[in-house]
Amino acid sequence: MSARLWTRDGFAEDRWQAVPDETALPGEGAVIVSSARLEEARETNALELGVALEPGEPVEDIAEHLSRLSLVSLPFPAFTDGRSYSAARLLRERYGFEGEIRARGDVLIDQIPLMLRCGFTSFLVSHEPTLRRLETRDLPEVPLYLQPVGSEREVPVGTRPWLRRRAG
Amino acid sequence: MYRYDEFDAEFVNDRVAQFSDQVRRRIAGELTEEQFKPLRLMNGVYLQLHAYMLRIAIPYGTLSSTQMRKLAHIARTYDKGYGHFTTRQNLQFNWPSLEDIPAILQELAEVEMHAIQTSGNCIRNTTADHLAGASADEHADPRVYAEIIRQWSSLHPEFSFLPRKFKVAVTGASTDRAAIRAHDIGLEIRRGENRQIGFRIFVGGGLGRTPMLGKEIRDFVEERDLLAYLEAILRVYNRWGRRDNKYKARIKILVHERGIESIREEVEAEFAEIRGGALDLPQEERQRIARYFAPPPFEEGPIDAARLTEAMAKDPAFAVWVERNTHAHKQPGYTSVTISLKPIGGVPGDAKADQMDSVADIADRFAFGEIRVSHEQNLILPHVKKNDLPEIYAALAEAKLATGNRGLVTDIIACPGLDYCALANARSIPIAQRLSERFADIERQREIGDVSIKISGCINACGHHHVGHIGILGVDRKGEEFYQITLGGAPGEDASIGEIVGKGFSADEVVDAVETLVDTYIRLRTDPKESFLTAYRRLGEAPFRDALYGEASRAA
Repeated sequence: MSARLWTRDGFAEDRWQAVPDETALPGEGAVIVSSARLEEARETNALELGVALEPGEPVEDIAEHLSRLSLVSLPFPAFTDGRSYSAARLLRERYGFEGEIRARGDVLIDQIPLMLRCGFTSFLVSHEPTLRRLETRDLPEVPLYLQPVGSEREVPVGTRPWLRRRAG
Repeated sequence: MYRYDEFDAEFVNDRVAQFSDQVRRRIAGELTEEQFKPLRLMNGVYLQLHAYMLRIAIPYGTLSSTQMRKLAHIARTYDKGYGHFTTRQNLQFNWPSLEDIPAILQELAEVEMHAIQTSGNCIRNTTADHLAGASADEHADPRVYAEIIRQWSSLHPEFSFLPRKFKVAVTGASTDRAAIRAHDIGLEIRRGENRQIGFRIFVGGGLGRTPMLGKEIRDFVEERDLLAYLEAILRVYNRWGRRDNKYKARIKILVHERGIESIREEVEAEFAEIRGGALDLPQEERQRIARYFAPPPFEEGPIDAARLTEAMAKDPAFAVWVERNTHAHKQPGYTSVTISLKPIGGVPGDAKADQMDSVADIADRFAFGEIRVSHEQNLILPHVKKNDLPEIYAALAEAKLATGNRGLVTDIIACPGLDYCALANARSIPIAQRLSERFADIERQREIGDVSIKISGCINACGHHHVGHIGILGVDRKGEEFYQITLGGAPGEDASIGEIVGKGFSADEVVDAVETLVDTYIRLRTDPKESFLTAYRRLGEAPFRDALYGEASRAA
């Protein structure tokens, strides 16, 4: 079963091409490369550029390239590995990255609401029950939050300063 | 007590709906057990040896009488008529069926309770001093901050899949009854130069396989920065904590391997970025939360406790109970009462549904309807009039809850052990019961004085054996239950990790061994005022080891 791409707007075609390190870069198009290849890839102006970080690779290492990047793909080698939640928040809240943040790997339905809150915008999903559930667009989410995470999709609610509700 | 507003009620109801859906998908086979596991764990549902176990959060150990009655009702309706109070101030039901759990959670939501984050690799129920708001030695109420932390940590999107579980404890008194240095984060509320509130923060404490005491990361964090500082610690841990080995995944290992200086540097750098942002805690907001924890309407002025003195003179058993099970209160004429869940020969921490109802009734009659759970697995009535103690004692005695052994040798802490737990190597409960019977004589217990026995059925140390004056650890030796003894542990402001005294004992031998240790202490103490722990710290382990294994063992 190959992975399908899902966003808040539903399933979408994946227009990005992952280019392995040993393959030559194309002259144009949207490509995702490893961080090791960013220096080289950013020189090709016709390329729309994304990077795939490996597990444990700190976002600080790509900070200098973020202005050139349209996509950062973060890994979930297992759904229990929560490092990329922090990485996504740092990209959004510390570095002000406004491009696509993509979750790949062990992406499951019950974690997607948490990922959305942390700033992920697209999800490469291969888990069959998750795909079925996403077809219905019905996320298993509690749309009330007890901690602000700097997302514009969330608005203050109630009397306490840290309460948020999903916007819209 | 904290009261839910509309937001909290809706939040918990949504959560119940979310989990009901997850249970439905599990039963329908859409989720594998492996995928369901982290979801059920975040709702307190464990798979034990014989059945599912549901762990219910009792935030910082505080319960109303209404909530206690609901727990009794659940015990009767969905379980076998009892519940088990744990060392984390929570309650466990051992026999619910998975199909019933959504209904149980719905019932809990009706009384502002839930099971969120009582397990899983997330921020667990925040614990606090069980005498909060009552004890004479308190300088600030830890419940206010424990509640704020409870809220901030609930379904935190960044910190729901940490390397391992994460526990926070808060104290605001000079005696640390919350064992803060045995937690991933320990908070000691302090007053700064201008009396302003702040926190001394310890990080990297924990028991389990590699027991460690928390190390001070900051001697003063201002009140308004509390959540920002916690978020900084959690982020550093989430990013850099080990994930390759679950036994090395707690933050204590990260602190140990990298050194507290290096962790401090990272946390401070993170804190500098977050500080003053959305997590800023304004004083008005802290005060608003604090109003939930306002003192109950005490009768003002000194109250003559003549009735109490008279009753104590008449009834020696009552006098012993008062001496052991009451605690100095900040309000004149009042006291706090420990309701021992350690009857002689009983299961530590267990309470029957009828007993829960009795405690709720007594709390309503005498204690402003308020109840606490202590990490020693006892219940507390935090605010009662001294002159009401005779009636309270009588009512407790009727419910078989009047054991006057708080802090004595039979006030044993024990994990569920191999009788229930899938992780255990050995049984804990029968050892606790036999020890309790061995030392049943209350006069003998009083002669021995303050000593804590803590029993864990495996290396995960849920019975906190590392911080027992006498710790007992169950191990499996070639299919047989064996028990290793540690000495000199302590959980409080003078915390220490117990040391293994020598080779282990069989289930048959271990009770005799403990008695030998106790007798050795009696023989060697300078006077009855020198406690077991003080004597051990003076004498070292040698005389105890000699008593257990003979002097010849020293040469070996």
